[in-house]
Amino acid sequence: MTCLPGHTEKKLGLAIDLDTCVGCHACVTACKGWNDQGYGVPLSDQDAYGADPSGVFLNRVHGYQVQPDTGGAAQTINFPRSCLHCEDAPCVTVCPTGASYKRVEDGIVLVNEDACIGCGLCAWACPYGAREMDADAGVMKKCTLCVDRIYNENLPEEDREPACVRTCPTGARHFGDFNDPTSKVSKLTAARGGFDLMPEMGTKPTNKYLPPRPKDQRQEASLLAPLLDIEAKGFAGWLDRILGKI
Amino acid sequence: MHPAPSVILFTVLSGLGFGFMAYLSLGLLLVQGGWAFVAWGLAYALAVGGLLASTTHLGNPQRALRAFTQWRSSWLSREAWAAVATLLLLAPVALGDWVGFGLPYFWRLIGGALALATVFCTSMIYTQIKAVPRWHHWLTPVLFMGFALAGGALLGLQGGFATLLLVILAGILAAAFAVGDKQFARAGASMESATGLGAIGSVSVFEQPHTGENYLLREMIFTVGRKHAAKLRVIAVICAALIPAALALMGGLTLTLLALIVHLAGAFAARWLFFAEAEHVVGLYYGKR
Repeated sequence: MTCLPGHTEKKLGLAIDLDTCVGCHACVTACKGWNDQGYGVPLSDQDAYGADPSGVFLNRVHGYQVQPDTGGAAQTINFPRSCLHCEDAPCVTVCPTGASYKRVEDGIVLVNEDACIGCGLCAWACPYGAREMDADAGVMKKCTLCVDRIYNENLPEEDREPACVRTCPTGARHFGDFNDPTSKVSKLTAARGGFDLMPEMGTKPTNKYLPPRPKDQRQEASLLAPLLDIEAKGFAGWLDRILGKI
Repeated sequence: MHPAPSVILFTVLSGLGFGFMAYLSLGLLLVQGGWAFVAWGLAYALAVGGLLASTTHLGNPQRALRAFTQWRSSWLSREAWAAVATLLLLAPVALGDWVGFGLPYFWRLIGGALALATVFCTSMIYTQIKAVPRWHHWLTPVLFMGFALAGGALLGLQGGFATLLLVILAGILAAAFAVGDKQFARAGASMESATGLGAIGSVSVFEQPHTGENYLLREMIFTVGRKHAAKLRVIAVICAALIPAALALMGGLTLTLLALIVHLAGAFAARWLFFAEAEHVVGLYYGKR
């Protein structure tokens, strides 16, 4: 049923650190790689080597420039965007077939591709652009939070987290249970002031974003300042004095 | 939003078909014999034709029956039920009008109400979507019902009443355009709230996440053709409402047929704008609307 569960036992999700993300797109590639062979139909590409390539990705990294209102240097912020596994997920309730659902046990939002008619209404309902229709299979694809990794006992324990988290070279992505106040993601969110995206849409996202730390002040003095007041000593100093007198 | 021809055909034709059905069902246009066959045949052709058109935009139409399962939460599912219930319930009524047997009036009453409920469900599919602020307003169901009732009255040869409804439709269209233009700002979503970076300063795109097109850009961030929007609005109001309103007052089958063609042209323009002008908040992530 595409009614939302009132309460989920766990609230699995990601805390994404906008301070440490370097925008390398490794999470994008790892996600595409894992989901090409795991849950559901592979993420297809169209005209992959042609003039107009296009394909399904469940994770996209945007780059933004933020200009402080107080003046000063603008900040460049890399911004990964994927499904937020919302508590009040509008994509689930609009589904006419029951293909879209939110799991009671861990809160993951999934699509049962065998029941999906590919009407696209769930993608319309999502404010975050988290869902993309697969042009080959005609079914809706979305982040599964690597449901086929996190519980997979055939994988070594350190690999039982989403592919994007496992691959991130800067540790900007954290995976855990937001229902557990002692979990890493809960603590990080509390300590760093993790925030929701577009709270005005009323979706109550599970995933949290950690804000970039304040940037250092721009140096107003010349970068050569340390070199400007060097006092010459020894022979160079004598030369400096003699030449100064001429 | 991408104005897909299948969805435009569906909403325009089915809306008109179910609207006309309501008039036939409620006995506001009394038809018998061969004329009943023509009238009911036209209503069914419009309604069913539109529904069939809508299935062509599905990725897996062979599973369409599954869309009947989620009536408790999904307006699309409710619409499927309402449409099928209307078509089934009114089939004996249509047959009765043609062959010449009567059904109790409450049967016709329920059929007519269901026909209008179908149009309401269609409108709610769009109205419920918060991520498209232009649609997320009570004027959307009013607009859809306005089209169904005015178009139905036109086909139902309601004369002065059709004229009245068509003039009201012109007003609804104008109101929907005016209110719709303010809806995105009213929703309060911005690049700052979308990224959550507004606390630092004003946000602009530094680099897009991909160089090519994708589903989101094609489906939700449709910006082609908006430059003619102002002209199309005028065409929509004049063709869908004002010209047919004048023609309906004059009456006659030829003029009604002409009015219908003009009304449909205007309705298609209005529905194209309904999609093309609707901006999805996901566009904020791309710095586009």
